Amino acid sequence: MPLSTSSNFARPDDAFRAIVEAHRGLTEEQSADFDAALVLILANHIGDIDVLREAIGLARRRMIDGQQQQQQQQ
Amino acid sequence: MAPANTHQAKTQFGYRRHPDQDRPGPSPAEHPVVIVGAGPVGLSLAIDLAQRGQRVVLLDDADRIGEGSRAICFSKRSLEYWDRLGVGDRMVDKGVVWSVGRIFHGESQLYQFNLLPEDGHKRPAFINLQQYYAEAYLVDRINDLPEIDLRWRNRVTALEQRNDSALLTIETPEGAYRLNAQYVVACDGARSSLRQMVGAEFAGQVFEDQFLIADVKMTAEFPTERWFWFDPPFHAGRSALLHRQPDDVWRIDLQLNRYADPVVEKKPENVRPRIARMLGHDKFEFEWISLYKFQCRRMDRFIHGRVIFAGDSAHQVSPFGARGANSGLEDAENLSWKLDRVLRGTSPASLLESYHVERSMAADENIRESTRSTDFMAPNSHQEARLRKAVLSLAKETEFGKRMVNGGRLSVPCSYDTALSSPDADAWTGGPRPGCSMLDAPVAERGYLTDAFRKGGTDFTLLSFSNGVAFDAPDGVKDIRIGGEGGLGDPSGLATKRYDAEPGAAYLLRPDGYVAARFRHPTREAIQTALSRAAGLN
Repeated sequence: MPLSTSSNFARPDDAFRAIVEAHRGLTEEQSADFDAALVLILANHIGDIDVLREAIGLARRRMIDGQQQQQQQQ
Repeated sequence: MAPANTHQAKTQFGYRRHPDQDRPGPSPAEHPVVIVGAGPVGLSLAIDLAQRGQRVVLLDDADRIGEGSRAICFSKRSLEYWDRLGVGDRMVDKGVVWSVGRIFHGESQLYQFNLLPEDGHKRPAFINLQQYYAEAYLVDRINDLPEIDLRWRNRVTALEQRNDSALLTIETPEGAYRLNAQYVVACDGARSSLRQMVGAEFAGQVFEDQFLIADVKMTAEFPTERWFWFDPPFHAGRSALLHRQPDDVWRIDLQLNRYADPVVEKKPENVRPRIARMLGHDKFEFEWISLYKFQCRRMDRFIHGRVIFAGDSAHQVSPFGARGANSGLEDAENLSWKLDRVLRGTSPASLLESYHVERSMAADENIRESTRSTDFMAPNSHQEARLRKAVLSLAKETEFGKRMVNGGRLSVPCSYDTALSSPDADAWTGGPRPGCSMLDAPVAERGYLTDAFRKGGTDFTLLSFSNGVAFDAPDGVKDIRIGGEGGLGDPSGLATKRYDAEPGAAYLLRPDGYVAARFRHPTREAIQTALSRAAGLN
């Protein structure tokens, strides 16, 4: 099964909000620790290495896009 | 390395002049096989070849078995191999048998694992045994085998590749002489001089973190288990390993700061307080202290002309997975039967290429596994450390977290994706696939399947599960029958179960105990085809 990028939540704002709120009151360091734990929990829940790799690829492309934007601005 | 306060060499051997050194005229003595390096791999390979009827010259530049426990964990697979070489019982009788490991984080246990949770195997998951005992037992066995000519203080100083041989120049206390060998097997360790002589690279990764190894003599009540700590209270922020060896000797590995000065760290007066903190007392003596960095490297090709590389000379991995000596022994068992067939002319020289293919595949797997363990123990970046912290903390309450904790993944035999295997033509839901190692099981009358396999010397073997019809193995193929008249009993049903066998099924095993092919309804023709393929004849 490929990575699903269609909208899966009936109420996407609730999902986004839940993650945002989980970070409230945390220091930068704690936030990063929290994200690391959350990623591992969700990765295990997916339990499919191909889907995980696809998700990693999609997330990685943000970094590449970000770098290109920076270069264009310079 | 000369750690302080070590005991003397375990066994000393004398140099003896050989008639090869006094040959008149310019032509050197000719030998079919010369093995360089009398460590566990070279010694085992020599025995294996000798048992197959080959004459072997085994050269070693030292005159004694080295000090220090070094490789201590020998796997089930290695013990089964040593059974075939006639030394398994001695190793197991002396060794400390274990199968349980525990992983701790700080003060608390994260989880425990059992590497051999089922019964019905002749050999345990692992034994711990100092390398010097293993080598001494192998040397004793060699003394029973007139085919092996073991020459101490014979150091290879030059190599000349010829069309169908290799010419070695050998330095001895009484001067140099030369030998011409059809094949040279370089088992001369991670700093292999033969590797330099063939001009091969040894590429890979050297890790920055350093580990201190200490063999400590004490009487202690720890159970016979592998204990691994992340961030233990006695060694904050780093990892530690405790393992039991025979003679009340305990192996302790402590991760050090990557900037630690080896000379300072190795001084017993500096090691002692660390170990005392770990043990909670000071009642121990040092047997050996050493310091090392993790390295994961391999040669690009394991065969260079007439020189074949095996063990650490060909590939080097980090410890914490017991993948060093065990993979070297797997090299030996993989190479031995192939080299024997090539020397006899029953298989073409191209069969040796499968040694390179199969064992470099295994080296890649071992390097991948041990690199992952190393990275987990010594994270490369702040973020890697953060992910590890998350895993360790999740491991306290989740099963998936426990399974992600990597304190070393212990050696299991590699599965080969190899041209020597015949792909399955039938449907199987279990059992070892072609390219996998045979599985042990209890069988009546003889004890274990691995015993039946090695009896009378290992060769291609047809393991068949009787359906009442006598099935003749092709010429030159040994026959093990489970069930039926004259067959071995399978009272526990484990042999049948582990091989997913129904009556009439058969497995063709290679001389190294790997599955070459398997059949639900074997025919002579199908077996013959698989046999030719496994012997590199087509």
